[in-house]
Amino acid sequence: MSTVETERTPAYLTTLPGDDVRQIMWRFADRYDLQMLVQSSRTVARGPVARVVAEGGRNTHEWSAAKQSLLQAYDDAGLTTLSVEPEYGGFITGPKNMAMALAAFELAWVDGGAATSSLATHLALAPIHEKGTAEQCSKYMGGCVPPRPGENRPHLRGAFALTEPIPFAGVQTRSLAGKVRVEAWNEGEEPLLRVEKRGRFITNMDFANFVTAAVDSDDERIKGSCMVILEEGDPGTFDRGAATRKLVHQLSSTRDPIFNMVVPASRIIGGYTIQDGVIVPNVDHNEVIRAVFRRTRVTVGLMTAAKLVSAIEPVIRYHRNRFRGGPSETPGSPRYELGLQQKEDVLHRLIEVWATGEASASLGFATARFFDDFDPLDHRREEIFETHEIPEGRAGLRALNQVIPQAVEFVELSGRPAAVRDGARYEELAGDELIEFLVGDALANVLCPACKLWNTGHGATMMREAVSLMGGYGITEDCPGFLGQKWMDAQLEATYEGPEAVQRRQLSLTMTNEIFLAQFGQWILELRRIAGRRPGTGACTLASAMELWLWTIRRLQKAKDADGKALYGDKRQGVTFPLADALCWLLASRFQILDVLELEEKTAGSEGEEATEAMQGLVHFFSDLAHTQAARAAGEVDRICTDLLYGYNRHPHWDSEYAFPRGDLESLETVMPGIAACSERDAIDEDGSHAPKAGPCVRFAGMETFQALRAKLGGCGTGSGLAKDRAAHALANVMIPEAQDYPA
Amino acid sequence: MAGFHIVVCGGMVPDPLQSLEPVVGPDGPALKNEAMLPMVLDPWAAHSLYEAAHLAAHAPGSKVWLVSLGPKARLQQLMMSIAQKVSFELVALDGAAGGFSDAYEIARALAEAIEGIPDLDRTRLLLFGGCASAARDAGVTMSMVAERLGLTEQFLGVDMLETDGDRLRIKERVEGGRYRISECDAPPAMLAWATGTLPIPPNNPQLGMQNMRSIMPALARAKSIPLGSGDVAFGAVERPVQRRETRVVKDMPPEDIAREIVAWMREG
Repeated sequence: MSTVETERTPAYLTTLPGDDVRQIMWRFADRYDLQMLVQSSRTVARGPVARVVAEGGRNTHEWSAAKQSLLQAYDDAGLTTLSVEPEYGGFITGPKNMAMALAAFELAWVDGGAATSSLATHLALAPIHEKGTAEQCSKYMGGCVPPRPGENRPHLRGAFALTEPIPFAGVQTRSLAGKVRVEAWNEGEEPLLRVEKRGRFITNMDFANFVTAAVDSDDERIKGSCMVILEEGDPGTFDRGAATRKLVHQLSSTRDPIFNMVVPASRIIGGYTIQDGVIVPNVDHNEVIRAVFRRTRVTVGLMTAAKLVSAIEPVIRYHRNRFRGGPSETPGSPRYELGLQQKEDVLHRLIEVWATGEASASLGFATARFFDDFDPLDHRREEIFETHEIPEGRAGLRALNQVIPQAVEFVELSGRPAAVRDGARYEELAGDELIEFLVGDALANVLCPACKLWNTGHGATMMREAVSLMGGYGITEDCPGFLGQKWMDAQLEATYEGPEAVQRRQLSLTMTNEIFLAQFGQWILELRRIAGRRPGTGACTLASAMELWLWTIRRLQKAKDADGKALYGDKRQGVTFPLADALCWLLASRFQILDVLELEEKTAGSEGEEATEAMQGLVHFFSDLAHTQAARAAGEVDRICTDLLYGYNRHPHWDSEYAFPRGDLESLETVMPGIAACSERDAIDEDGSHAPKAGPCVRFAGMETFQALRAKLGGCGTGSGLAKDRAAHALANVMIPEAQDYPA
Repeated sequence: MAGFHIVVCGGMVPDPLQSLEPVVGPDGPALKNEAMLPMVLDPWAAHSLYEAAHLAAHAPGSKVWLVSLGPKARLQQLMMSIAQKVSFELVALDGAAGGFSDAYEIARALAEAIEGIPDLDRTRLLLFGGCASAARDAGVTMSMVAERLGLTEQFLGVDMLETDGDRLRIKERVEGGRYRISECDAPPAMLAWATGTLPIPPNNPQLGMQNMRSIMPALARAKSIPLGSGDVAFGAVERPVQRRETRVVKDMPPEDIAREIVAWMREG
């Protein structure tokens, strides 16, 4: 008897991923506080915020009643208290990076300005949260909680004032023009300080009643720089200034304020001591900024990621419905049912937008989670350094350098299976908090700028692609999903809280940290293992691209250009910046693959056959999306590394040692048979003529490994086109809601 | 006055924005991709929940339970938004929620669950729910639950409830676009709500965190309810026919627009 096996089509994408899927991929399935926060943020975003945008609320620079009404909506939804500790009236315990990231993602799904507006209060509170005294935390964090019915107290709303240069005024962003002096200092009383600060591009300034401002000492009785808290009622000038005429993020308030106020010294964030008659702030402004931006930049990166993912549904709907309603389009015909989705190009391009959105969301949320994990240790930095007797300044750096080899050893041991590594040594290193801190710090210093740089910079480029997929509709106010506005908003996200050049510069310094590079090496091995058990995710392609990048950076760190100048250095931004860009592609793709694996693992036992199959379908689709993105990342890395490694060598000329007089070649042929044939095209005839080309061909001594890695990488892209085809085909079949769930 | 013990029956339905396509599955009729469709609390039942919370807030000693039947995992997702809106205690039942289950079976499961609520004072009971469900629109489930619980005072299509101590004054929709106002001396009673008068409450994360302390254990102990179409056979299921006739008109008075739409509908 013969049996006939019917081949069953593997499950694939049937509907757009819902909350249950995202909670698993972004690892908050066990955090009910975060799940509720997502729902709250979404209600505000797709309700009041979307209505204000649809009604043209963005079409003015001024702070309107409609924009003001959104503050109440944020309050009602609990978004205002997001960063506040429970003891002061907040509702989320522990680090809040993931919470801020999710709220920003949901708000920016509709409007980036709304996300910025909602989060700016947290930015104002962040210096106090990170470094403030207990009294400052109590007063300002508690004050930012909306008063309950019957509670008679002012509701504090803050602004964060760091940016200050006026265009063309010759002021550098790294120096502070804001000044603080001693106004009065009576015996036995607290000193009074005069603070002068001109802010620029300061968010929330239309309604903020307190400001955390960065200032430098202009008085020998105050040491260094600090951040101070200014209140609207303090004596002096609290001028909100002119509204910034920005073209983007119009739902956030932005003005250029002027402050000239007298405040008690207790407003110095983190407090102060008096040493030899000098006020010494406990924390200088750089420390505060470092602690604040390290976290908030991740949130900005996720705002652009949300834009990309939010574009998928409106674009699919537009493409499908493109020809419906026409006189000759009948239901059931391909033109009626699929519209523009009949064309491969639009499907492929949308897959690239979606893959980028997924990769940037994966990178952003992974970074936010990382900071949630790292925060407790990071906040104990000074205590850990003290325990290990690490001094301040250069001596401290020297002392830390002594520990780096142990940290590298720990990273390498961590990557090995427990059964084969030196368990005792591993335990010894794992128990050392300084090593743990250094490893975390090395990752933080790469992940944060990478997320901000790639998500916003490349995200803005891909947002343009999404807009183009809507045709002329895309650049109208009527475009569903507000895609045109999102495209422009993305440009601001690439700029504020440190523009792309700042992120690239930071990466060019931090990505050569030996601890990070050791971790990077472990990630390559990890991806190979993943590829072994789970082919089809692009893990192998990505691992090959990472090997190429690692080889390149090692080479460039030692290499010199044709003029003998070192290639890798602070001033060689033509080298370091592209290499930083390449790294970002790799990191985003890695986290995307890990998220797919997480979904696969956690949904293996979904309740019910239908649910299991649907989840498996999503896993297959997301695998193809990850594979597509990995191939794209590999292509970028290949291009950048090749440009950098070859581009700084000078091409040989016909009068160089690489060109052979034909007569010499013929003589050599007698002792080295075959050389004439090999070098034929590099030969110069007696009359000086030569083959029609720029010069003798380039020799590649020392580049054999690179060429082998590159050749291998090209082959590693095998199958990525098929993955893209499958994913694109699914777009023409996926079920989407009948209408968008927010107005347009 | 000791307040009311308000039990709200509220199921979940697919988000109304979704395209719903009926299919015949191995267990009978179902919705295409049902397991992946986003779900919301049934709109009429949601109104009754908000009314219940409002009443409880103004009647000291009152308490609200939400009895909900649906796939457990989906119920958990739903609770992330519902739990932030009003204070209640969840009684979860794990079963299908596709709209093809028989109203009689659902009513039996709900009534049994209500009978099992500890500390429920049946003499103070106000049974709330939607006058119909957005999924099935049977319009009989609440009456069946009430009958099983022995509640003879039943009001359908309720839009307003006023209380004076134990006394209830109820405004319900009747035929012809009119209201009937009834008075009831005291609970127990069943009120199947239409839209009520209250807006959707804003989300309150603090309240949500408080509710989740009891919701998660309730979900963990949710009883499995086998629901099928029983002996009911569905001959065919299909989507309503859509018609689209687009015309761009400017500056047309709303009255004329309304008149034209009514005429168009009558034609159809």
